[in-house]
Amino acid sequence: MLPPSTPPIAPLHQRAAAIEAALQAQGIDASAGIAQGVHNAEEVWLPERGARVVAKAWVDDAYRQRLLRNGKAAVAELGIEMPPHHRHLVVLENTASLHNVICCTLCSCTAFTVTGLPPDWYKDLAYRARIVRESRTVLREMGLDLPHDMELRVWDTTADTRYMVLPLRPAHTQGWSQEQLADIVTKDAMIGVARL
Amino acid sequence: MDGVHDLGGKQGFGPVVHNANAAVFHEDWEKRINALYGVAVRAGIFNMDEYRHAIERMAPRHYMSAGYYERTLTSLATLCVEKGVVSLTDLVQRAGGAFPLALPLGPGRSNESGRQFFDIGDRVQVRNDHVNGHVRMPGYIRGKTGVVVHISPAYPFPDAHAHDLSAEDEPTFDVRFKSTELWPHAADEAFVHVGVFQSYLMPAP
Repeated sequence: MLPPSTPPIAPLHQRAAAIEAALQAQGIDASAGIAQGVHNAEEVWLPERGARVVAKAWVDDAYRQRLLRNGKAAVAELGIEMPPHHRHLVVLENTASLHNVICCTLCSCTAFTVTGLPPDWYKDLAYRARIVRESRTVLREMGLDLPHDMELRVWDTTADTRYMVLPLRPAHTQGWSQEQLADIVTKDAMIGVARL
Repeated sequence: MDGVHDLGGKQGFGPVVHNANAAVFHEDWEKRINALYGVAVRAGIFNMDEYRHAIERMAPRHYMSAGYYERTLTSLATLCVEKGVVSLTDLVQRAGGAFPLALPLGPGRSNESGRQFFDIGDRVQVRNDHVNGHVRMPGYIRGKTGVVVHISPAYPFPDAHAHDLSAEDEPTFDVRFKSTELWPHAADEAFVHVGVFQSYLMPAP
């Protein structure tokens, strides 16, 4: 119980506006930084970037090998930057008999400049608690029923190394252009809660 | 710290509420606060480890009931107050009501002096460490044994970096554990990989 003299807690949007205004008043250019950050979130850090990486890896085997060896350098080839504290990108290749899925049990970490900002469910308590322990059950509940003999690898993002899943190219896409291929690659597939 | 944020393997949660093309943001202020904490990091007010730890320092009831961006908001405000950039009185006045912050910072620690380097394929054991401050070792691997599969570049050591202590950068080792060894007879069969800082590891017996 809160003491009776405590005023009601301010609504979230008012708390958010308060810290924004307080920082602005301290000479920190919050408005410009917010405009840039919102622009990045809505226009730049989109899963279409990661989809381009995946599509190129599907059609260009030398690129695929560079991507698997050094993900950060390989995405930079396509003009995709990562924040300075993301010093390493590990790309996890799915095959017909192997599936990878990523999570962050401690918070919400992802390679967001490549695969897009994490969706709401990724940051929610249930996914964080369950995916490492009830992995196959959770994936099945999310619509991905893996065969029993398929190896499953879960990757918990506990440091500043980032992970992305390289999905298996669907068999029916032979002869498609890179642009057509990129169109079928989803954020869920790069997190690993879906196969294409 | 053994906080409620350390969720991996906890039971009793219901289904993941998932839909295709799920939203990243639900309200306008969420976009703004997500951008604003990045502004504060770039302005040098705090670093990413301090940011993560201030979320972990939220009172458990507050943490569990808050949405993701309320946790962002609370961490940002807490650190700005603790660093003397803004005052809580000012925030309360501007917000027009109470502004709950995270609980105070405790002690941190520096690197493990006896830490060793490992190669891919080495069998390692996670130290049986109970750390009062910030730590990036999820509780579910404490004391467990696995195999190194990747080695990262060196990163700031979070246990020190979140507490403004000096420490040497150190690599993390992606360690492969069997889910059935992490939770015997009580897990789906899978390999679970965790990025483990060098200081948290020792050679497997």
